[in-house]
Formats: sequence, structure tokens, C-alpha cells
Amino acid sequence: MGSLEIKKQGDILIVSIYGEFDLSAADYCRRDIDQKMREHGAKHILFDLDGVTFIDSSGLGVILGRYRKVTEQGGKVAISNVAPKILRILELAGLSRLISIYQDTSSALRQLA
Amino acid sequence: MSLRNKVKLEFLSRPENVALARVTVATVAAEVDFNLSDLEEIKVAVSEAVSNAIIHGYEERTNGIITLTAKLYTDHLEIIVEDAGKGIEDLHQALQPGSGSDPERMGLGFVFMKSFMDEVDIWTEVGRGTRVKLVKSLKIQNCVKN
Repeated sequence: MGSLEIKKQGDILIVSIYGEFDLSAADYCRRDIDQKMREHGAKHILFDLDGVTFIDSSGLGVILGRYRKVTEQGGKVAISNVAPKILRILELAGLSRLISIYQDTSSALRQLA
Repeated sequence: MSLRNKVKLEFLSRPENVALARVTVATVAAEVDFNLSDLEEIKVAVSEAVSNAIIHGYEERTNGIITLTAKLYTDHLEIIVEDAGKGIEDLHQALQPGSGSDPERMGLGFVFMKSFMDEVDIWTEVGRGTRVKLVKSLKIQNCVKN
């Protein structure tokens, strides 16, 4: 089962996900991210996937759902630190065409700021 | 083609059990020379099949029974995921990318299964359940000798 760490930098919520991002992690990730977005009044989200060892369509659905919510409000979403095996899944799902993917967190933060 | 190993597992339709199904199948598959990329693909396909059974078959009820069977042959791996849930009314529609109305789901379960496995067969009947068969062939050079 995965775990989650959420920090705020300016108006960006930095969401670091660890472990296996599947159906068992999807519900609490979705709930925690939405709650922190409301609490902090953040505008953008950066998903740092450095710690993700597995992802399937349930995990991708969490990212896509947040992307839809944030962009509806005029915000932006980015992804950083993606391992090649995870990137392959993001590409197959077409997520990489919707959301910008950066090699590292600092590059992504510069683009979101 | 002869049977090298077989594992059959029955578990409740709890999200926590998706990982159990993945690990079980990956452990069986790792007995032969599937490469790391093959193993990742198998894990994603199993994850999608079991997640579908939980989300769609049992509509997220956690007391449904899912049966997973993994059979390892000398030249391929066969995985069967069965549920006794509500079944799929329109299979053709369910197989389309982005099917489903939930904005939190990608509707890519069957797309991933088809992309990552060499064969995907689906049997479904409304009110009786769904059975998904996934097959991954071993590359010729990696086939196990009897």
C-alpha cells in the first residue's frame, strides 16, 4: 500500500506519493489531496512520483481527477521524477499529452510558479 | 506445452487484495524467464482485472468473492480472474477507452490488459459475473525446457 506526503510552497501543493499507487491507495490519496487543496487554498498541484514503485489506472485516475478540478479553476498540474516503467504507463494512458512531466521537482516548480 | 505450476487463490473484494493478487501472479511468473518489463506488464494487467471485479463487478462491496488462478506452462502464463458480481451489460462499450462516466476513473482497464498481454478473453453474464482470461507468452529464447 502506498503513502502520501503533502507540502505547500506558495500556491503550489506538492504531493509526493510513495509505494504502490493502486486502488487501495486511490481513495485516501484523493480525499487527502482535495482536503489539503481546500485548507491551503492552493492553485496548482505538483505530483512528485519519485517514490512510486507501481501505478495502474486507479492511481492514474486520481491524477486525472485532480487535473480536471484544478484546470477548471484556472490552475496547472505537473508531474516530476517519473521512473521509466511508470512513464510508460503514463504515456500509454495519454496522461503525458495532458500534463507536463519534468525530470526534477525544481524544474516543475519553476514552470508552475 | 505442459503445466509447470498452478496457484489458485480466493479472496474478498477488498482494495487491499489487489496487491496480493499482483504479488501472487508475479511470484509464479518469476519462476521462468519473463524479463522485468514482462513482469511489470503482467502486474498491471492483473491489477486492472482485479480492480474491475471490485469496482464494477461488486460495485465496491467488500464481501464479494474473487477467484484468481495462475497457471504457468512451459511456453506461457495463463491468469484467470473471476467474480460473481453483476456482470457487464454492454461488453463492447466497456472495452472502449475512456468508457464509464466517473471522472475519477480513466476507463483504461481493458486497454491496459490488451496492451500488455498477448491474449485477453472475457466471459460475462448479467447477474452471474465476469471471467477474464489473460495470457502472456514466453519469448521463444526464454521458453522452459521440460
